Amino acid sequence: MLHFTTKGIYCVPGRFYIDPWRPVDLAVITHGHADHARRGMKKYLCHHATVPILKSRIGSDISVQGIGYNETVNMHGVKISLHPAGHIIGSAQVRLEYKGKVTVVSGDYKIQDDGLSAPFEPVLCNEFITESTFGLPIYNWLPVQQQNEQLRQWVLNNQGNGKTSVFIGYSLGKAQRIMKALEGVAPLYVHAAIGKLNQAYESTGIRLPGYQVIDLREDVRYVDKGIVILPPSLLDSNVIRKIPNMANAICSGWMQVRGARRWRSADAGFAISDHADWYGLLDAIKATGAEKVYVTHGQTAVFTKYLNETGLSAEEVKTEFGSEEEEGDPVTSESL
Amino acid sequence: MKTFANLINALDSTNKTNLKLEAIDRFLWEADDSDKLWFLALFTGRRPKRNVNTALMRQWAMEAAQIPEWLFLESYSSVGDLGETISLILPRPVNYIERNLSEWMDLIIRLKDASEEEKKTFVLEAWSSLPHTERFIFNKLLGGSFRVGVSSKGLINALARHYNTDASAVAHSIMGDWKMGEVTFDELIRGKYTDTQLSKPYLFCLAYALEKGPEDLGDASSWQVEYKWDGVRGQLIKRDGEVFIWSRGEELVTEQFPEIRETLLQWNGNFVIDGELLVYKDNQVLNFSELQKRLNRKTLSRKMLEEVPVVVFAYDLLEWEGEDWRERSLKARRVKLETLFLQNPSPSLQLSQIITYESWDELKAIRESARSINSEGLMLKHKESPYHTGRKKGDWWKWKIDPLTIDAVLIYAQKGSGRRSAYYTDYTFAVKKDGELVTIAKAYSGLTDKEIQEVSRFVNKNAIEKFGPVRTVKPELVFEIAFEGISFSNRHKSGVALRFPRIVRWRKDKVVAEIDDIEDIKKLIH
Repeated sequence: MLHFTTKGIYCVPGRFYIDPWRPVDLAVITHGHADHARRGMKKYLCHHATVPILKSRIGSDISVQGIGYNETVNMHGVKISLHPAGHIIGSAQVRLEYKGKVTVVSGDYKIQDDGLSAPFEPVLCNEFITESTFGLPIYNWLPVQQQNEQLRQWVLNNQGNGKTSVFIGYSLGKAQRIMKALEGVAPLYVHAAIGKLNQAYESTGIRLPGYQVIDLREDVRYVDKGIVILPPSLLDSNVIRKIPNMANAICSGWMQVRGARRWRSADAGFAISDHADWYGLLDAIKATGAEKVYVTHGQTAVFTKYLNETGLSAEEVKTEFGSEEEEGDPVTSESL
Repeated sequence: MKTFANLINALDSTNKTNLKLEAIDRFLWEADDSDKLWFLALFTGRRPKRNVNTALMRQWAMEAAQIPEWLFLESYSSVGDLGETISLILPRPVNYIERNLSEWMDLIIRLKDASEEEKKTFVLEAWSSLPHTERFIFNKLLGGSFRVGVSSKGLINALARHYNTDASAVAHSIMGDWKMGEVTFDELIRGKYTDTQLSKPYLFCLAYALEKGPEDLGDASSWQVEYKWDGVRGQLIKRDGEVFIWSRGEELVTEQFPEIRETLLQWNGNFVIDGELLVYKDNQVLNFSELQKRLNRKTLSRKMLEEVPVVVFAYDLLEWEGEDWRERSLKARRVKLETLFLQNPSPSLQLSQIITYESWDELKAIRESARSINSEGLMLKHKESPYHTGRKKGDWWKWKIDPLTIDAVLIYAQKGSGRRSAYYTDYTFAVKKDGELVTIAKAYSGLTDKEIQEVSRFVNKNAIEKFGPVRTVKPELVFEIAFEGISFSNRHKSGVALRFPRIVRWRKDKVVAEIDDIEDIKKLIH
């Protein structure tokens, strides 16, 4: 049913693409991250909550149709439906049914319930297309409760030392997750880029913790002992130094490894990710009951080899997803 | 062990000295004395012998995690540290054992006489009862090679601040001769086992680099000129019959130079000398790489002492018979230093030779030939200058010889370890030879973090072959490589060996056709 082409993942009978990286007529979008939702498509189809994200990132004049989870759309005989992927708000696995055969393109996903995104739901299928960003057994996340507790403890400890807590996390997904984890601990201040995406979410009726947008061009002494959330691009900038008396932390799955923590030399690193960890990937794949697994971006070679050894039929697929997330460069990655 | 784990985690994460000091301070408040003592013991290399070998640990970890060996190795190469890899791949702990650091250490030491089966039981139980960070530390404690993310200077300053004592006294106390089980933490820190005043060093006087020629320095005859040597700068202290040798890193290195210590014990007088520790054989100073062979060794064999003999070239005299001489002129200090050496002739301590010259031009010629005697260049010191504290502009100048440089292309890359394990940081370079490429040097440093990331991305995209951790890359990136010396060598395919090769800059303006040819490079050998 699917062809992996130079433009993206193509559904042959349905005549549409999923998360394409070149301009096409119809693009089904799994979620709003830039490597999955690109500009230039004649028409977009995605989950309701992703619509304002696409409009905010790509342009308000795009042609986009939003649907809910489990809602079905027919396209040249192919039944398309979206199912929660748990990656970020609005993220979806795309289920395709044609002549009794089911294929699921999962995009990016995580199994843990972050309390914001609709939790991941396994979908039975014949073929499953999976990511493998953290497809090594060294990546095992702590339960969300414990992760959140770590963040809270760190903030409280900083407050005790008279410090402002600065978190570095991707604007779409991670930032909102940090906000949620730290709701009520201290006042939340977010960078304008994050504020813009927050607004997009709030426009669809999603409730986020209260926050204030911080303008780093002005005097920001008022954030004293509070919590500031900034996108990764500001980590090495001079702007961050304008926040007096601060300690900074990176929230990213890559922070699991000591070498990566030391390399970034932030004051703290928390292994919190919106991608599935090793067991998350394995469990998710098993739950689909798929006979055939296609492995995309991340630890493709290692993960594919392992799946084949466990008796599944797995194959590597080259895509342009997560191009910034490849092994050599865990720090400028989308998943920070 | 939680308190200790918090400390290690904090020291690892931040690179802000202040936050490191805060973390140590917190540990000193929270931990009990036996844990604090163990921390110092581990830090100063007083670790017990390894009782469980790493091959077994690997085996048990693979069994417990139920993963095949190839996957373990992939994980290991991604993490870059065995103890950490094991702690990451193991299943989540099922319960929690609360033991402090010293209790764990006692148990680990007791493994010495245990059977393999007992060892396994002990290790597996610990693994299933400790959360990740503590598990990692446990593995490190078992392994015996524990690097803590703080410099000895940083630790010493934190201890001195916490206990409100003098930093050099703390350094002397903890670097001194003590054994676990024979001391208490409090008494150790407070100097009960050592007379810390005796060992107290002065701050070294440091020189700025002379960027242009010496013409602006005025009258050539007002300057004392010596060769600059590339060894270990040291302060040799003899007071009340005891000898101490401090390195410029403010570390007590007396034990590493027993022959110097022995000689000084025979000398008459009380004094503090500034000098350079160098390997010296057949009247010739040898490369720093020779000296490196015997630095930071736990034990120095007789063979090592014979094969790598060390001498001191003495530069200056800072203290004489209890009196601080640093405010006196260099001229006066030198006269006293010469007298001292005249009274105590010994082959392993020599005066740094004063170079005689008539004009700056003559000095230039001398500098240019410095490389032939393995010197780094010249030191120019004003004859009237005091011995300054730290680096001060004007009185002392270092006038180093220019390094040699070539342009070479990157052909192999390998990931670093530790902090750099995520990036390709170790490079091998090649130059032209008969229209092909031949490797000329390996180099690690000299690029910014940003550039390392950029090179890593290039390697990811342009890797041609994979040999274990090494990637062969498309020969495209050109770098300027500097080095201090060059000689013919049979051991290298290129036929030459470079001394201290390092990356000066990434020549993005050059293409591979513009790199140097080996035949031209050989002409640099004189």
